[in-house]
Formats: sequence, C-alpha cells, structure tokens
Amino acid sequence: MNMPSKPSRLRGERVTLAHGGGGRAMRDLIEEVFTGVFRPESGEDQARLSSDALQVPGARLAFTTDSYVVTPVEFPGGDIGKLAVCGTVNDLAVGGAQPLWLSASFIIEEGCEIALLHRIVASMAREAEAAGVKIVTGDTKVVEKGSCDTVFITTSGVGVIPPGRDLGAVHIRPGDVAIVNGVLGDHGATILAARGDLALSAPLQSDCQALGHLMAAVAGACPNLRAARDATRGGLASALNEMAEAANVSVELDEASLPLRPEVKGMCEILGLDPLYLANEGALVLFVPEAEADAALATMRALPSGRAAVIVGRATERGSVPVRMTSAFGGTRIVDMLVGEQLPRIC
Amino acid sequence: MCLGIPGQIVEITDEARLMAMADVSGVQREVSLAPVSDRPLADLVGEWVLIHVGFAMAVIDEHEAAETLEALRGLGEAQEALEAMEQGARAFDEPVRENAQ
Amino acid sequence: MRYVEEFRDPKAAKGVLAAIARVACEIGATREEPVRIMEICGGHTHAIFRYGLDKLVHEGIEFIHGPGCPVCVLPMSRVDECVEIAERPGVIFTTFGDAMRVPGSRKSLMQAKADGCDIRMVYSPLDALELARRNPDREVVFFGLGFETTTPSTALTIQQAARERIGNFTVFCNHITVPPPIKALLDDPHMKLDGFVGPGHVSMVIGIHPYDFIARDYGKPIVVAGFEPLDLLQSVLMVLEQIRDGRAEVENQYARVVPEHGNPVSLAAIAEVYEERPSFEWRGLGEIDASGLRIREAYRAYDAEAKFGIGYAVVRAKVDEPEGCACGAVMTGRIKPTACPQFGRGCTPDMPLGALMVSSEGACAAYWTYGGARVASETEPAE
Repeated sequence: MNMPSKPSRLRGERVTLAHGGGGRAMRDLIEEVFTGVFRPESGEDQARLSSDALQVPGARLAFTTDSYVVTPVEFPGGDIGKLAVCGTVNDLAVGGAQPLWLSASFIIEEGCEIALLHRIVASMAREAEAAGVKIVTGDTKVVEKGSCDTVFITTSGVGVIPPGRDLGAVHIRPGDVAIVNGVLGDHGATILAARGDLALSAPLQSDCQALGHLMAAVAGACPNLRAARDATRGGLASALNEMAEAANVSVELDEASLPLRPEVKGMCEILGLDPLYLANEGALVLFVPEAEADAALATMRALPSGRAAVIVGRATERGSVPVRMTSAFGGTRIVDMLVGEQLPRIC
Repeated sequence: MCLGIPGQIVEITDEARLMAMADVSGVQREVSLAPVSDRPLADLVGEWVLIHVGFAMAVIDEHEAAETLEALRGLGEAQEALEAMEQGARAFDEPVRENAQ
Repeated sequence: MRYVEEFRDPKAAKGVLAAIARVACEIGATREEPVRIMEICGGHTHAIFRYGLDKLVHEGIEFIHGPGCPVCVLPMSRVDECVEIAERPGVIFTTFGDAMRVPGSRKSLMQAKADGCDIRMVYSPLDALELARRNPDREVVFFGLGFETTTPSTALTIQQAARERIGNFTVFCNHITVPPPIKALLDDPHMKLDGFVGPGHVSMVIGIHPYDFIARDYGKPIVVAGFEPLDLLQSVLMVLEQIRDGRAEVENQYARVVPEHGNPVSLAAIAEVYEERPSFEWRGLGEIDASGLRIREAYRAYDAEAKFGIGYAVVRAKVDEPEGCACGAVMTGRIKPTACPQFGRGCTPDMPLGALMVSSEGACAAYWTYGGARVASETEPAE
C-alpha cells in the first residue's frame, strides 16, 4: 500500500482548521494523505487527459457526479471512500461507458482522525485500481466541527461510450426481461444495523462494489442490451419505476424470484420495512430482449459481481401502474415510488 | 396495528433485568422477557416468542401452531382432491379436444 | 417451524379460498349484497393489501377497514402537544417511526426535527430509557402510543425506570383500548357489519373474553386472527361458517400466540401503572368513554403530562380536523377511501391531509400504495 514512508510532517492525530488554511499544514495534509496515494500525473491545478479514446468515430464521453454522505463512514463491507469510487464508476458503467477518470473532493470536519482519512484514501485507491479508473484530480476543504459529519466526498467521473452503444430506459420494449446481478438490500440493512441506534446486529455486509467489468461483459454478450440502472437509494422499486416511466411500459415483478438474504428479510420484518426500497451499492437491474436473457445470465454468473444474477420480472404493455408485483401467494400489488425515506414502524 | 414477529430466544443476557438475545432470521436483538417471566427464564432459551417493540410478548405454542397448520393443509388437500376429481369427470364427459393448450 | 413461511403456503391458500367461496355461496353472499367483515386491526388491513387478499377472496366478501391503527386515530391536538414538548429546551423526544409524519395543526414531528428539535426514532421504549441513562442532564420523553399490545411495553419500562430511580425519563401517554371503539361502532345505526376479524396481538395481551359483548349483546361473530395471509383467510372462513350456522361466538384462530385469558404479567403491569381516563378523543370518532389510559398518581414522576403541564390534564384548545377530510367516515366504514373527495387530490402520501393517508396501516395509504384504487380500474390480463 502507498503509505508515506518518510516521517510524517502532520502534527497531531486529528484534522484542524489549519489543515484547510491554504498554508504549509494544508500542503502537508494533501501530500501525505491524498496525492501521495493517488499519485496524479499532473502536478498542476487540473488533470490533463488523453483524448485517444475519443478518436474512434462515434465514440462519446460520459460524465457524471455524485456526493457521498454515510453514517457511519466505515461499515461492514466498505467505507465512504469505497462507496464514492464504486458509486461513480457504476453511474458511468450502467450507461454503457468504460469508466476512465475520477475526481475526488473532500469536505472534512475539524477533528476528523487522520488515520481514518488514510484508511478511506487507501480504500479509494484500491477500488479505483480494481475498477481500472484513475483518480486524477481533487480538492479538500476543512470545515468547523458540526458543519459536516466527519467527511463528505464528491466524486465526478468521465468515461467513454464506444461507438454504436446506446443504452437507455427508452429502449425497453414489452416482453423484455429484467435481470438483477445479485442479492438486494444488503447495503441498506447493513447501514441500519451499523448505526447502532436500533441495537440490531446481523452478519451482513454492504454489497458495495464496482460494476464496470460486469457491464462491459454483458454489453459484449448482448448486442441488444436495452438499459441498466444501479438500484441505489430507493432500491429496486425506485429504479424500476423510473425505467418503466421513461419507457412507457409496465414492469411485472415476481416476488418469489427476488434474491434476498434471510437476514435482510428478518431485518425488514422487525422494522416493518420493505426490502424493495432498501439501498444497494453494488446491485443493478438491466433489461434485455428475452432471446438474450440466457446469454446475459450466463455472462453475469461467470463474474463475482454477478454470481447470483436472476430474472426478477418482465416489461409488459403499459398498464395503469408502472410496477406491479405478484406474490408467491397469488395476489398482486402495486410497487410505488416512495414518498420520503422508509421509517421503521411498530404498527 | 402492532407489528409482532416470531423470534427464537438464544441466550439470557441480563438475568436481573430479564433481558435475553433473540434471533430473527439471523438478525439479533436484545429483548425483554418481562411479559413471559412468569416461568423460569432458563426454560425460555430455545423457545420461540412473539416480539413486539423489544419485548417478548408471548411464548408461541408449537402444538397449537401445528393444529392450525394441519387444518389449513387439510383444506388445501381436500381442494386438490376435488379439483382432481372434477378434472377426471370432465375428461370422462367431454371428448378430448385437439389443440387444447 | 419458523411460524412465518408455513402460514404463507399457496397450496393451503387455494383450499381455504375454495372453502370461503363455497360458504359464501351457501349464505347467498354476492358482489351486490356482500358479507361485510371488519378487520379491526390496521396490521390486518396492511396484510390484506400486501397479499392482495381482497382480490383473491370470493366477490361476496367485503372487507371494512376498522379503526385499529393508533397513528390514524391520533387527533391533531395530540401531535401538537408532542411538538410542544419537543420544543422545550433540553428535551430529547423519542418516538416510534410511525408518528413522525402525522400532520399536526402547526407541524409534524418530522418538520419539528428539521426545525431543530431533538427528536429521535426508537425501536423500543427500552431504547428511550437507555437514552435517559446515557444523558442524565437531558429530559428524555417517550411518546407512548398504541393499543393494548404496546401498552405493557411502556408500563414495564416505567416500572424499570422507577426501580432504577431514573429521574429524567417520562412517557407522554396516549395509549388507547380496543373494545370501546368497537362498541361505539356497533352502536352506530348507520353501521352495517356482519362480523369481525379480531386483533391478534392485542388479544395476546388481553385474551379473547373482552370481546364477549360483541357476540352476546350484538349477535355478531368475531374471530381473533393472526397476521399471516393464511391466518386471515382462515379467520374469514370461520366468520362465514358462524354466519352460515347462525352462531355468534368469539373464536380464536391465533391460538398459537393468543391465550384465552391473555398475558397475566402484562395485564398486571398495565393495571399497576395506568388507569382509565374518563374519555379520550379519537380522530374521526370523537370522544369515546373510557377508551384511553393515563399514568396513575403513584407513577406521576414518569408522566410527561404532569411534568410539562400539557395534555388532557390542562384545558385544551379544540383543534379542528382539516376541511374536507373524511377520515372519520372512512374509519367507520361508511365510505371507501376512494369516495373521499380529497383522495388522490388534496390528500396523497406526499401531502397527507388526514392521518389515514400517513400511516402505512391507514386504509387510504394502503389503497394508494397497494393499488386498491388504481388497480380496480384496470382490466386484469386474461389468465
């Protein structure tokens, strides 16, 4: 790991406002904690990126940005840094882009442990390398205690969409099948347990993972791959609602096929939550024509991030509601968008 | 009203405060055994209880559950038998149609 | 046995549904003249919609959704009082998540939290007590909400606080009881009901005999039911069989959890900590005699009403329900949620006007979320 080898010039174990003051202390923090690990090629104020990948006629740039806040910042299966890299890589990947470069901007709360920052940055570097992206530019700001919660990270990402590839929910047609790459709700349930205020413990881990390689493989195996979304905040239910609306189709879900761990189901039973709305950080849902479903499943299942890939439903002609689910019991119900966040309930 | 779910008592965690660890599908939470403390606490380990807002409100009666299920399954099997008979009768009455789905 | 999946078996469901259809035909129930069965408990309402039971049962069965959702029957004035307590300096106001979005006349608890009040959602009153232990310099108030199922938990928590002499913990008691509103409904001349599905988890505390008057005095069948779909279907079947046989009895479908005489420890704790209020206000139903509980004098130190001088103990300004809100008529089964002029217009889960749209157990929210209203208009694809 790229930990600093020479003695640290950073005084103390915590970030102070001096580390954001623009002077020597800030330079030391940036060099020791950030650039020493990310090793951006440009020492200037901007990253300088090769346009080689764009020289192919018809290639397009994909560009996305997202901010990451999570309590606690470290949780089973990941941390805020891993989340920030995977989330932005996934936002590029589900659009059919090959993720190439990321920026990373940190808002750090006064008093944040420097050792924690080291861990977060190491985790980002590890994820970036595995996903084949470079963190090429960034920024840090230090704010007074109470102005943020430990650390907030904003990552932006640039990728390249190869010529001829055009994924989008508008391409979904009745008859297409919906496939998810793995179990649902692990991240949301893990965070609920990790917060500690509900005093629940479960052997769960966040599903936080980068999906670039998985998307590249599926796009290669399925020439008519229609669209993909990562089912983050709002869970599978929200992703499917958005896609169905955009495509003007309805989606019929089969409850029995949903991949859910018993612990996630248990957590939902205890708190009165619906796992369809729990957040994921490494789960996507994609639509392919029925004829390409087997190819998609086989391709996904051959990769670690798609081992539990399964068909969960299909698109139909537009009915009165965007998403509906048939229970194993035979009844059907609407799967709506959430109004706000799901709250634990006792009734 | 009143979300209640079955969980299994795995161990007594604080005898004085009548607290125990309960397991619901692999999720663990400390619950109060106070409502079911009219029997020896040690006897409750391994029992299934009905949990509501962190309290074990009732010990689930396995025998009663089995009886209810038996009655329900009986109705299911009776219906299956009935449907099989009806199908048999139809097959007997009606000539076999071609291209039946 | 895990006591969950077993009671969701589709094969058994087919059998019960067929039996329901047979008995419904025998007693002449039709779509035009249905048998009207009230599920008292909001948890049952939720399960009916979640599993689509209303669409699976014979068309001659109509479910009327009862008043058994503590959040839905909570008057606005009580939410206002919660906000008032939460706004006091030094207070940590704790509540079940259910109450967060219920509109008050000024604001909901969610809005009060955004405005800076320290409001925390907890899973158990024990967690609120733990907060009091950890924050001895703060005043921790727990919003005691719910029917007899939940009442023992706050009674036992207050007893625990008393044993430990914790001085910074109080309960804002809004506990209510099930039998009085049922009696009020049965006394309503407009109410047409043929039978009841009784609340399983309330009954595990109080037993089945508090419902004797329903069968004895009003001649209506009632079957105490569990919460899995097979439990509910079996209970509907049992109600229908009583009607067919000309019986009116209190039966117990949920015997695996509900003892005939309830839970003695819980009943004793309730009796020691709480006493009946002369009357209590229910949203949509008005004041109902002896339907609410308050904390006894002996536990006054744990009573938020006493400590903050708020609530039924003081003269209260009457807070009117919002204009056009028909929650009362829906709750008494006089109209379906969709017949409310505000349903889906002035009142949606995004901007709830009445409480029935807020709680996931509220009939309106259930209609909206699980599509009773919107799917009804849709032609089902041919099987």
